[in-house]
Amino acid sequence: MTTSPSAFAPAGAPRDAGTGPERRVIRAREHCVEVVSDSGEGAQKCGQSFGAVSAKMGNGVWTVEIIPAEIQPPARTPAGASGVRIRLGSGPVTNWGDHAELVVAFNEQVLLARHRQNALADDAVVLLESSWRDHEDETVRTAWQNALEELGTRHYRIVLVPMQEQCATVVDDARRGRNMFVLGLLAGIYDRDAERCREQIAQTFRKKSREVYERNALLFDLGRTWALEQLDFRVEVPTTPHDEPMVVMNGNTALALGAMAAGMDLCAMYPITPATSVSHYLGDVFEDAGGIVHQAEDEIAAAGVAIGASYAGKVAFTVTSGPGLALKTEFLGLAVMTETPLVVVDVQRGGPSTGLPTKIEQSDLLAVLFGQPGDAPKVVLAPSTIEECFHVMVTARRIAESFRCVVFVLSDANLATGVQPYPRPVPDERWLATPPDLGPVPEGLRPYDWDPRTGLSRRFVPGQPGGMHTLTGLVHDENSKVSYAPGANERGCAMRSRKIAVLQSTLEPPVPHGADAGDLLVVAWGSTRGAVEEAVDRARDAGLAVSSLHLTFLSPLEPGLREIFARFGRVMTVEVNYSDEPDDPFVTDENRRRGQLCMLLRAQTLVDVDCWTRVPGQPLRPAEILTAIRARLAKGGRP
Amino acid sequence: MTATCTLTDCGAGEPVELTMADYQGAVARWCPGCGDHSVLSAVQRLLEAHQLAPERTVFVSGIGCSSRFPHYLRTYGFHGIHGRALPVATGIRLARPDLNVFAVMGDGDCCSIGAAHWVHAIRYNVDMVALMLDNNIYGLTKKQTSPTTPLGFATNTQPRGSYLPPLDPLSVTLGVTNASFVAQTADWAPQHLYRTLDAAFRHRGFAFVRVLQRCPVWTSSVFQDLVRDPSRVEILVHDDGIRDESTESVHTHHVEHDPGDIDAARRLAEEGGTRLGLFFRDPERPRYDATRRLPPYTPADRIAVLEREFDRHAV
Ligand SMILES: Cc1ncc(C[n+]2csc(CCOP(=O)(O)OP(=O)(O)O)c2C)c(N)n1
Ligand code: SF4
Ligand SMILES: [Mg+2]
Repeated sequence: MTTSPSAFAPAGAPRDAGTGPERRVIRAREHCVEVVSDSGEGAQKCGQSFGAVSAKMGNGVWTVEIIPAEIQPPARTPAGASGVRIRLGSGPVTNWGDHAELVVAFNEQVLLARHRQNALADDAVVLLESSWRDHEDETVRTAWQNALEELGTRHYRIVLVPMQEQCATVVDDARRGRNMFVLGLLAGIYDRDAERCREQIAQTFRKKSREVYERNALLFDLGRTWALEQLDFRVEVPTTPHDEPMVVMNGNTALALGAMAAGMDLCAMYPITPATSVSHYLGDVFEDAGGIVHQAEDEIAAAGVAIGASYAGKVAFTVTSGPGLALKTEFLGLAVMTETPLVVVDVQRGGPSTGLPTKIEQSDLLAVLFGQPGDAPKVVLAPSTIEECFHVMVTARRIAESFRCVVFVLSDANLATGVQPYPRPVPDERWLATPPDLGPVPEGLRPYDWDPRTGLSRRFVPGQPGGMHTLTGLVHDENSKVSYAPGANERGCAMRSRKIAVLQSTLEPPVPHGADAGDLLVVAWGSTRGAVEEAVDRARDAGLAVSSLHLTFLSPLEPGLREIFARFGRVMTVEVNYSDEPDDPFVTDENRRRGQLCMLLRAQTLVDVDCWTRVPGQPLRPAEILTAIRARLAKGGRP
Repeated sequence: MTATCTLTDCGAGEPVELTMADYQGAVARWCPGCGDHSVLSAVQRLLEAHQLAPERTVFVSGIGCSSRFPHYLRTYGFHGIHGRALPVATGIRLARPDLNVFAVMGDGDCCSIGAAHWVHAIRYNVDMVALMLDNNIYGLTKKQTSPTTPLGFATNTQPRGSYLPPLDPLSVTLGVTNASFVAQTADWAPQHLYRTLDAAFRHRGFAFVRVLQRCPVWTSSVFQDLVRDPSRVEILVHDDGIRDESTESVHTHHVEHDPGDIDAARRLAEEGGTRLGLFFRDPERPRYDATRRLPPYTPADRIAVLEREFDRHAV
């Protein structure tokens, strides 16, 4: 550990940019930076602004929020670490990477948290607020010393930055202004366009007064100047200007915009992390576009309201996460049974029970597929990028309506808060739902006039003369009459199931990333795509015959899997859910509990698919996936 | 709620007058003597009297004997799941202000498993008629204690008699902020029942009607005294209330009660005893569906908002 003498330059040093120390240039195609503070100090705002500006300048960007477990964690504790990781690239960035190469920390305790989570590269540069070192309170000074000792076990280069002291020259409450000062630091280090940064600050504070903007712009300038004058390095991640218009947002905003683009009318929900922000954003803009957010009394009611609205001819969806999903179960069975179109967004978090409310996991796949008592076939889609979060809503709505079925969209906490630029969609009127036909029901048509081959039927909407019938969750015949005849249940089940097969017949086989054949195929789904493909690329660069296959449709599964699997020596899923390790005590090949996609693939393809899964409460890193790939290849044999 | 028949106002040919039979669905399969039959007849009378378009009328129910109701009508029906008629009805109402929405529930449906929705539906005050057919028992599942089962009444789950005094649905409803219409009637007072339904239908907001409903199979004794001795029942009378001469002449015990007075209504509900009539009505209470109904939009509007939002997120 070294501390830079430049950090202690006298406050009255020259202020013009460019007159500072000779600056070493770190040139990289990718760079990963973290900003961490106590909760409420604005590191997230700072990091997200930096990410947005970088995206605008033509860098690939992926940002991940570092979220403390509590709303008001104690100040200066590792548990309270709150912030953002921003991974920049010259080309597109698809995941959060491995280790941070630069960290800006507002105190040594939150830095310690990241250190303990092995989030920092061994040679990371750390810009650390210096005011705590000489704090009047002895316990603070001791904590500082202990922390620096612990940090000293690695080769970080710690640069002390008098953030508070600097901010105090412009604002009264210097602790509060630090985030924009830090934005300035980053702008100096990464040579960000100052004008764009100021625009971003204006955007961030658009609901506040002009004075607030000006104060923050001043803090930004101060930070930038300080970096230019005092730091002996800068980082250059070449930008590639986009040749098409781009937008940048997180996955939940993309889902919300997708819902609007799909022509949805109603979002019925009950607040639950990490799904809620979909409704926050929609609550802000939906009504301008003819929609409403209904905050129901609980998740059960949210599902019921959505089903009622859909039955009545509007396009409705409900959005939730694990515990809320559990509550919706019975209503979802009803929607399946009555063939009422419904889109359900599940932004997965860690479980079971309250689990890890703010953290990523992919543990709801089987619950979504098999969570209803009885046979309740439905469609399950998993977006894997922010862009897909947008487009998946259009697909989901269309399938729900044309197949009269429940469509699940499985997102997760990684996509929910991850920010990434993507090509600006060109909204199309054809994406919107056509309003229901309220004309008379043609003579002789029945409420469930199933086409015996496909199971498809046309639904009646209240208001249509001649279509009166009672929809029921009881077993029913084509006339929607309750029936206990032995054939009736058989037939209803077959018709609802058939639709899933029909949908599958319209899908194309997926295309592996890498090569068409090889020693190992890694199969994954959802938000792990970027990390998995990066790991595969690294493995291939190292000469390993590894490919990956990313599935968007999980029910029905995409066609041709068995054939694809047959071209690889081994097949292994990589998932963020729990599985036993083969060599765990008592675990045998027969009782081993495997990853959720793994179980599904084994059942559907009869291929001896293996799995490597982890539930760390954070996104997977490409490096650990690569290690798992190497380990799997080293084990040889099949599985 | 005023969606009347398209057949009578479509202008094509002779307007057709709908009769009670036109609203008849499947043959009702409740037990003989079940109070639900009487409620069904009163509802059919209401539909006929208002000439409601069957295609623009929806009956939503939960699960229970009482929840079979929609099957016996020739309107649109939604026979959903136990306890959850109200969220579905709320969704329909938010989506479609043009429909007549009715919810039919049992006492277990409404006051036990669906109690959260009941409380919130009262507060939302969404325009619909909510009928709670209260036989003081779980009928369909064969005699288990319900929240309204009388203290000491033996059931299959509490064979030594129910342990707690019953929950009073009127007090609960009147106690919820934003209650706007609360009435009680009985299946054995058909004219009063009909008048109550009529008043509920005319009300704009959440009209909660508790119908005392006889179940000759499981709770034949609970309303017996009231049926045999009409003087044990008090009829609420007021010019703004529900008036029915025949009921008032059979039930000679009258209480003057102004349905605009919620404090008096709450006192009456708390006092115990059995009263039929309009406890409370305030048509001015805010309605969630009046402010939260889905605003109309054109595809061009929608796309304009999307473009605006993409601009905001543009790189
Ligand atoms: C979730 C759920 N739990 C339990 C049941 C079983 N069940 C069906 S009806 C009913 C009670 C019916 O009582 P009530 O609502 O008073 O209606 P009634 O039959 O008396 O008209 C119960 C417990 C169910 N269908 N669903
Ligand atoms: S059991 Fe009771 S409530 Fe049910 S149908 Fe028979 S009489 Fe009516
Ligand atoms: Mg009952």
